[in-house]
Amino acid sequence: MFSVGVRSCVGPVVRRPANFRLASTLVFLEANKDGKVAQSSLSALSAAEQLGNPIKALLAGSNSTEAAKQLKLTVGASLVDQIIVANNEVYDNYLPEAVTPLCLELLKEKEFSHFVVASSAVGKNLLPRVGALLDYQPICDVTKIVDPTTFVRPIYAGNALATVQCTQEKKLVSVRASSFPACSAGSFDAPTLEAPQVEIAELGVAWESENLVKSARPDLGSAAKVVSGGRGLKNKETFDKLITPLADSLSAAIGATRAAVDSGFCENSLQIGQTGKVIAPDLYIGVGVSGAIQHLAGMKDSKVIVAINNDQEAPIFQVADFGLVGDLNEIVPELTKKLTK
Amino acid sequence: MSKSLRILVPVKRVIDYAIKPRINKAGTGVEKTGVKFSMNPFDDIAVEEAVRIREKHKKLVENIHAVSIGPLKAQDILRTALAKGADTCSHVDVKEAELEPLAVAKILKEMVAKQNANLVILGKQSIDDDCNNTGQMLAGLLNWPQATFAAKVEIDEANMTARVTREIDGGEETVSAPLPLVVTTDLRLNQPRYATLPNLMKAKKKPLEKLSLSDFSKVDAEPRLKVMKVEEPPTRSAGIKVGSVDELIEKLKEVKAI
Repeated sequence: MFSVGVRSCVGPVVRRPANFRLASTLVFLEANKDGKVAQSSLSALSAAEQLGNPIKALLAGSNSTEAAKQLKLTVGASLVDQIIVANNEVYDNYLPEAVTPLCLELLKEKEFSHFVVASSAVGKNLLPRVGALLDYQPICDVTKIVDPTTFVRPIYAGNALATVQCTQEKKLVSVRASSFPACSAGSFDAPTLEAPQVEIAELGVAWESENLVKSARPDLGSAAKVVSGGRGLKNKETFDKLITPLADSLSAAIGATRAAVDSGFCENSLQIGQTGKVIAPDLYIGVGVSGAIQHLAGMKDSKVIVAINNDQEAPIFQVADFGLVGDLNEIVPELTKKLTK
Repeated sequence: MSKSLRILVPVKRVIDYAIKPRINKAGTGVEKTGVKFSMNPFDDIAVEEAVRIREKHKKLVENIHAVSIGPLKAQDILRTALAKGADTCSHVDVKEAELEPLAVAKILKEMVAKQNANLVILGKQSIDDDCNNTGQMLAGLLNWPQATFAAKVEIDEANMTARVTREIDGGEETVSAPLPLVVTTDLRLNQPRYATLPNLMKAKKKPLEKLSLSDFSKVDAEPRLKVMKVEEPPTRSAGIKVGSVDELIEKLKEVKAI
């Protein structure tokens, strides 16, 4: 009888726990100059969804009105209940010295129990600075949200997973994009609010220039297929001759090991690993990649791993689903040819 | 402002990068006994950069001070830093405690004041906790600008500014900032030198200041995050070796990877 009575009192299922009634999550989103929200930020949004609280999305920079418009049209995040735009060019390029005071001002609000950013170069640069000034230790590069206070993060180059509990009043979290699917497509309508004007401490930092790698390929961080080259390719010519066509035949992104990047085979920003990009594509093909701990840290969560290497003792074969031992100069062109057909 | 550089280089003792760490039996951390430790690779790059700045700007650099916060054995790491070119160093003995970046940043803030440092060069992350926090936190606490993930650092003596090329997701960007400044190093910043035996011998004579956590009474070093457990990541099931390209393509089609 008692249990029936209780049940009748319960209304429709609410995703927010009762004690979090006032809690909400602030998510910092990055957008490019055209107002397109970064893939890693969409993953941060879906991670924030898992926290179960209403979400307020923060867009900063002179493109933020456009970014807010595009966000509403392309993202089906039903939980985003407000978009805060800080439409000011001081936030362009996301200099942490400028963005931090804005975050501090917003996070002063008691309602924010969580602050979520992607652990991209921008997020990594920003979050700890915010954390120090709020006197909170952030939880970085989270791969799993157990509950709103408990998180899993990889340590030791992904060789161990630590489950950490955070009892600090506010939880500052950066999330690993490859561990959370980008939030679904759709559209929503949420009010847009102007961010408060914040005085920026003049620290004299000036953004001078950038040198971005232009390519029509899918972005390495979010590509479904990745072809990665290592030291075994010997030189840049071989890298370009073998890796580029293979990637083309699969519409894959190109990645590389540190050895390949250091030897100048390709751009730094294509490095996969503990200190480069962490990816988890559906298909990863490692060509001439030995599989050092630091590289594995960046790709071992890929769904299917293929290794092509002439050394059958190479550690990559211990994680590869399919391994092919042999001369990559023969195998790769043959593979490319047969895939293109 | 007097034109001189006083560089502080924090270094951390970590399990050597080539070692595959093992989880301890209790599932509370990583096994540390009988394991090879060395200087965090990014910190090695930080030391190297400090020394190179001095080689380039001889008169400008007054002092390079290395500091390590850790167990007694962290002194070995400091000796290495001295052998590579640091002038003086401090060891903050915290016994076996593993300080979180926030606590480390607070101690470093006091070290900056003590050394009157105007340039702090740190590694971008330590390869054990993989946090990538301390430099940013220190800059925040000091209210200094920060140039993280540096691939190139140029000091302009005349204006006492630095121009730093940073590695970012899509490529590189360049920022400039006046000193004092916090810089964190990326892998591509430089190639650290080896400490030669004569330099290692000389390093033994260089000053090492011994401090402990109690010398930083204002710093609350209590961990803010509670580590509930540490476990092995799921292991991948053993794969197969295929004999030919055709077989590979067939297998990939089977699992719908292509």
